[in-house]
Amino acid sequence: MNRQAQAVVLFLFGGAILKASFTDLYLRYVKEGLRPFLIASGVALVAAAIMTLWYEFRGARPSPDDDHGHHHEPRVGWLLVLPVFALLLVAPPALGSYTAVQSGTVQLSAESDFPPLPDADPAPVALIDYASRAIYEDGRSLAGRRVQLTGFVARGEDGSPMLARIVVSCCAADGRPIKVGLTGGPAIDVPSGTWLRITGKYGDKRAKDPVNQADIAFLEVEQWQPVDPPKQQYE
Amino acid sequence: MTETQERQTIADAPAGERRNRGISSVEALAAVLVLLVIFRGRLSGLVSGERLQTWTTVFVSVLVQAVPFLVFGVLLSAVIAVFVPRSFWAKALPRHPALAVPAASVAGVVLPGCECGAVPIAGSLIRRGVTPAAALAFLLAAPAINPIVLTATAVAFPGNPEMVVARGLASLVVAVLMGWLWLRLGKTDWIRLPHRPDLDGSRGRAFWAACRHDVVHAGGFLVLGAAAAATINVIVPEAWLQTLASHPALSVLALAVLAVLLSICSEADAFVAASLSQFSLTSRLVFLVVGPMVDLKLISMQAGVFGRGFALRFAPATFAVAVLAAVVAGVVLL
Repeated sequence: MNRQAQAVVLFLFGGAILKASFTDLYLRYVKEGLRPFLIASGVALVAAAIMTLWYEFRGARPSPDDDHGHHHEPRVGWLLVLPVFALLLVAPPALGSYTAVQSGTVQLSAESDFPPLPDADPAPVALIDYASRAIYEDGRSLAGRRVQLTGFVARGEDGSPMLARIVVSCCAADGRPIKVGLTGGPAIDVPSGTWLRITGKYGDKRAKDPVNQADIAFLEVEQWQPVDPPKQQYE
Repeated sequence: MTETQERQTIADAPAGERRNRGISSVEALAAVLVLLVIFRGRLSGLVSGERLQTWTTVFVSVLVQAVPFLVFGVLLSAVIAVFVPRSFWAKALPRHPALAVPAASVAGVVLPGCECGAVPIAGSLIRRGVTPAAALAFLLAAPAINPIVLTATAVAFPGNPEMVVARGLASLVVAVLMGWLWLRLGKTDWIRLPHRPDLDGSRGRAFWAACRHDVVHAGGFLVLGAAAAATINVIVPEAWLQTLASHPALSVLALAVLAVLLSICSEADAFVAASLSQFSLTSRLVFLVVGPMVDLKLISMQAGVFGRGFALRFAPATFAVAVLAAVVAGVVLL
């Protein structure tokens, strides 16, 4: 791989990173907070490509290495074409129902006290917040309230639908599902992976996740409607 | 004839007179790109199975997460290579190598970042005359005991603050021990730093040449490592881990191996360890100490930056020392 080819690969790699961070594409893979650093590194990669070409074409005298330069130039650099291809042409989707079925639900950590729910009726609550309140507080702060959860449908081994969302702490590689079981209400007959907004009440039913034996909380469904996937699909 | 001149000759010559010289990299690259764009539809169709889709997502996300750290590490290592004079390191580090090792380990505390950035920096330090033992201690310490990683650990284990202390201490001990071990047993010719061309000439030219070379080189190995980590992520069923968790010795070994295979960034591994709650605290400590020091993408990058002979010896030794140190720390502190 000679230097011009390296410059082109660097340019494409930096460009792919920049494109992903200026659209919402990067949110499928990493947290929102990484964006400024992604933009900075994309700019640095493009700058390295431009400077390489600049020194190549400015007619600077090639150093003596170049006679056998291709022996030393890293051939492994060709692999950088793969992420460019993956980002620009494939743009794989955010993790979804496949991961939700394969991995066990997140082990929740106990919090000493939960703040009161938002005033709206129904109150919008994150899945992980709902599950923590349900399991560690036996739903005390949920009592008598209608809540609204947004997530995608995942089906367990027995085919019963659950509402799930992927929790990501750093990047999608550490993503784990949070699952909430569903009881009552109109039958959910949409395919796995469909995003739903569900309104319902706290129910005290519990189940164990077959994958890791963690507790799964349940929601008593009042109504559900399909929605578009949110911009930020992870919690 | 140099490559540049060669290309000019080819470009100037009429088509019929071109000598058969094989295909240049730029031509090959152009061909690959054109093929990719032409077959775009069919190729994205290939990536349609759910498992393969998950693989691609994990592969891309490991890379995207690592890119800022890689670029930051490469820029810093280029600054070290080009702008920091050799004499600086002689003054900054204690002269005796046995003392330089702990000093370099502690210096790792101030570099926030994950392991991808530390590899090119350590390579650059060795190039600039820092004793390899100290550079290697820095390589091991920097990703494991910096403030961001320790804060993440505290957040992930709110009920066990001793986890943070145990992680910091055990990682520091491993870094220092490995540095000293290198002083006793290491041979300099195991390290084969790749030839980095044109570090002479103007400083600007040298700086960008170092950046280009290191990103392409370390980045290529990062792609290999990310692919391996994504494969493990998709094929290891979680139910296997359940069975292993119940046995104390097996659980330590299982999480040590898992840390190597999963190759999670050191800033995120605490959250993953927290979620493996069926395992004992000690085995999760092993996961946190081994992960930032030995994992698939690191081994791949070390083989690229320091040479295969080095990585084959260094990675298993580090693995053994890290497991031991973490188990001792776990027994004493947790």
